[in-house]
Amino acid sequence: MYTATAPDAAAGDAHAHEHAPAGVMRWLTSTNHKDIGTLYLWFSLFMFFFAGGLAMLIRAELFQPGLQLFQPNVFNQLTTMHGLIMIFGAIMPALVGFANWQIPLMIGASDMAFPRLNNWSFWLLPAAGILLISTFFVPGGAIAGGWTMYPPLYIQGGIAYDITILAVHILGISSIMGAINIITTVLNMRAPGMTPMKMPLFVWTWLITAFLLVAVMPVLASAITMLLTDRHFGTHFFDAAGGGDAVMFQHLFWFFGHPEVYIMILPAFGIVSTIIPTFARKPLFGYASMVYAVASIAFLSFIVWAHHMFSTGMPVGGQLFFMYTTMLIAVPTGVKVFNWVATLWRGSISFETPMLFALAFVILFAIGGFSGVVLALVPVDIQLQDTYYVVAHFHYVLFSGSAMAIMGGVYYWLPKWTGHLYDEKLGKLHFWLTSIAFNITFFPMHFLGLAGMPRRIPDYALQFADFNMIASVGGFLLGAGQLLFLYIVVKCVRGGAPAGDRPWEGADTLEWTQTSPPPYHSFVTPPLVR
Amino acid sequence: MHEHATPEVYYVPPPSIWPLVGSVALLTLAAGFVLLLNKVAAGPWVMALGAGIFGVMLFGWFGAVIRESLAGKYSDQVDTSFRWGMAWFIFSELAFFLGFFGALFYARIITVPSLAEAQLLWPGFAASWPTAGPGLKTALTPVSAWGLPALNTLILLTSGATVTWAHWGLQKGRQTQLKLGLALTVVLGVIFVSLQIYEYAEAEFSIRDGIYGATFYMLTGFHGFHVILGTVMLAVIFFRAWAGHFTPGHHFAFEAVAWYWHFVDVIWLLLFVLVYWL
Repeated sequence: MYTATAPDAAAGDAHAHEHAPAGVMRWLTSTNHKDIGTLYLWFSLFMFFFAGGLAMLIRAELFQPGLQLFQPNVFNQLTTMHGLIMIFGAIMPALVGFANWQIPLMIGASDMAFPRLNNWSFWLLPAAGILLISTFFVPGGAIAGGWTMYPPLYIQGGIAYDITILAVHILGISSIMGAINIITTVLNMRAPGMTPMKMPLFVWTWLITAFLLVAVMPVLASAITMLLTDRHFGTHFFDAAGGGDAVMFQHLFWFFGHPEVYIMILPAFGIVSTIIPTFARKPLFGYASMVYAVASIAFLSFIVWAHHMFSTGMPVGGQLFFMYTTMLIAVPTGVKVFNWVATLWRGSISFETPMLFALAFVILFAIGGFSGVVLALVPVDIQLQDTYYVVAHFHYVLFSGSAMAIMGGVYYWLPKWTGHLYDEKLGKLHFWLTSIAFNITFFPMHFLGLAGMPRRIPDYALQFADFNMIASVGGFLLGAGQLLFLYIVVKCVRGGAPAGDRPWEGADTLEWTQTSPPPYHSFVTPPLVR
Repeated sequence: MHEHATPEVYYVPPPSIWPLVGSVALLTLAAGFVLLLNKVAAGPWVMALGAGIFGVMLFGWFGAVIRESLAGKYSDQVDTSFRWGMAWFIFSELAFFLGFFGALFYARIITVPSLAEAQLLWPGFAASWPTAGPGLKTALTPVSAWGLPALNTLILLTSGATVTWAHWGLQKGRQTQLKLGLALTVVLGVIFVSLQIYEYAEAEFSIRDGIYGATFYMLTGFHGFHVILGTVMLAVIFFRAWAGHFTPGHHFAFEAVAWYWHFVDVIWLLLFVLVYWL
């Protein structure tokens, strides 16, 4: 794809900070995109295990009908915090970690555009994490009304509800600053010759994702500010007695919430679009159409939000509008799936761990996409609203979509980041464990939902028992499998066979022209891209 | 690092403590605010501590940036980065106000009429604007658009002109025009905020008076907060202009604040039309 001529690297007095500063200050005060990327990824892994632990508790409670371990209020705290932390603490930081490591390397930039701001974006996350986790220990416990924070429940809750609002504000500040940094880096820091339509697709997906973040995170901020003033300052935004409306919060929330869904999936598309051409040993099929498809998905994400609230009641015209726009999203998404398959066509395919994750992504994400089209149908959605069918749907797009793309990306770039090859045998074992256990956990939930089992309850009718037990067994297997992931990553960081500059012969983006691991400051003088 | 005017290499700053200090500040501020909201006596003190740390961070961080700028470490490419950064920051601010304007729109167009239709729930409630809602039974006297708000519109538009006049002075190397223009803009900002405070004091309804009170005070309040912030930023720029920091070709900080001031101006025009007038 590129021929890059790298000028003499690291020459002269311009690079006083060539080597990483020692000790803990290296991480606390970093202005290096690689170090900050590493921090993001470790933070994300920690939160992934924390929120994953909450999921294990949920599955333990649901193993059998009847109340086993938790009172309903505690159970609802578990589901709420599992969702909130997985989204804001695990998936989003992991993708920003990839952006930090890869975007400067992929566009031939020396660093992110605003290195100090970059570090602030990261260090706000532990601050918000402390606030969120602390809510389990305050009087009344953590928030329990669902991660969507709907009033009136949210207005009636205790101190944890205030803490969570401020934590989400801090997460929002972090996301907005991170997104501004990414947009500026991509717009202003590309190496000479790296024209927009030559950028790797991962960079394109992140550019568009960052735009979505800047556009919708502030709307979430205003919505939760209204929650806070309704709680403490006597406003009536969501109270009908004062002329307000609880449903208005849902509109504001999902105006943020639906683009947020694409914020979590578009960079995953970018990762998969990088992995598949490498292991098919063919350039990505339909590059330009991929870029336009991502842009179309981003545009459509602003005009579909009310499909999350069909059952709240809205005029038929509104229902039809949101149903059709939602189904329209299947078109650009279909373009992407066809392009991935066409990239594989007559490719010289090999099945290393990253490729396995990418292929599983294409199949399983497509299943999640199809169940999304099912849910877009108003009459069907009114039946399936708040059932396990919805839980199955969004875990197929968020776990086998975002999370498995992230894992594939970790395996793909670990050799570049660490300079070591990961353990291929264990990697494959992790892949099969994850994908099989994932399907055991979440596929039965489709049936549970169609049969009418509601989400967010700790107890259920006896006819749901068998599928729940299967899902719980799968869930425990899935959780245990991730310990293997942790082991593989730690093992790879600590040592292993040397990776060489370009362990994947089919990889052709700029980062593979650098050593593994890359020098602490790479592309200090930009390469020339032809 | 090379000391000449436009370095070849994109400046990557050395490790810095300020981002971490900023995070500690926001964490402290948030914890203090939670305590305050839940009526714990330590709340205001914890908040004050957080605000203090935040202030130290602002001085330290901006100080470092100003020193680097004066030392000529920022190339034209870095300057372009700053411009993109500020432009997207203002875009995010617009999105923040969009949420509150959205609430106003939704309440007026959808909620209030549908509450009036629900006569079984709220007998006798008729849709009108302004309203405090069917349950509060408060009669509202709104602030008239053509009194103080119209005067404030004139003041803010004039301040937009004075800041542009200061910019012309800066570009043509007329330092007196620059300082005078900035000083006038700061004074107009202070007058605007003072008149807003007077308007709040005279208003015959509060933030507790239903959806009208809520949208009115949240929109004008957040706007007023942004004007205060903009005025402080203009004052900083005034002192930096006094210290001779800006040259006709190199004055991003001035332009960033001027952009911000125009943004505050645009939000006010929307407020004037949508909150006060219509």
